[in-house]
Amino acid sequence: MKHRCDLLVILLPLLAAGLLFLLLRPSGAGQYVLVTVDGAEVGRYPLHEDRTVTIGEADYNILEIRDGSAAVTDANCGDHTCVRTGQIRRAGETIICLPHRLVVKIIGGGEGTVDAVSGGGIA
Amino acid sequence: MSARTVARFALLTALAMVLSWVEVLLPLPTIIPGVKLGLTNLVVLFALYRLETRSAWCLSILRVLLVAFTFGNAFSLWYSLAGAILSLLVMMALKATGKFSVTGVSVAGAVCHNLGQILVAMAVLRSAAVAYYYPALLLSGTVAGICVGLAGAVLVRRIPL
Repeated sequence: MKHRCDLLVILLPLLAAGLLFLLLRPSGAGQYVLVTVDGAEVGRYPLHEDRTVTIGEADYNILEIRDGSAAVTDANCGDHTCVRTGQIRRAGETIICLPHRLVVKIIGGGEGTVDAVSGGGIA
Repeated sequence: MSARTVARFALLTALAMVLSWVEVLLPLPTIIPGVKLGLTNLVVLFALYRLETRSAWCLSILRVLLVAFTFGNAFSLWYSLAGAILSLLVMMALKATGKFSVTGVSVAGAVCHNLGQILVAMAVLRSAAVAYYYPALLLSGTVAGICVGLAGAVLVRRIPL
């Protein structure tokens, strides 16, 4: 075969995908729901307390925490990728809303400081 | 610049726009943003192999701008632009080595397009959280790159333009 390097360019992304998948896979039970907008933390809520939070005002995402899992149930972003992501519950799982620069991430108990845990800070 | 060159360039630009539109009309049922077939890369591949490098660049940047202004938005422009530039840079480099087929070049282009988009998303979100999507994008990009590359190879060989 003339182009034997083709295999490399096909195997390398697959290998990288496998490696990244192992590195980033959800690990263990989640404890908190960490909400960041523009990279800054705007809220942190216990995963095991049911609540509904509206993040943002003009650009809003509605975050529902229920029965130990979190989901964005409504938003006025254009693509609704965040809503279609569905429920997340394990540490490392993430919901992203690119138009609103929002990241909702489940974290375990070990991350972050304990006194930041009381949450709040959302209008 | 001959009329023939101008006509050929305009034709390919129009084709790239139409293919982008087709992809907007037929979104793949997936929850990962950025997963797509990359039909437009057919045109960029063709330009890369059959026109001058300069034309391939003009074509790729122009169709990104046109597509963003007609059926995209201010956000999609930056993602597409980063993807298109990184993708074309890598495709040019691989093509220049002479060790890759059109299909190989296409796969690298697809994967790098996704990488460019992820990098912009990281900058926009100021968070590495979107890396979470990249394994799935690598898989879909590789498969899409192979499909588009196989078709592209036929076009590069057969189309008299």
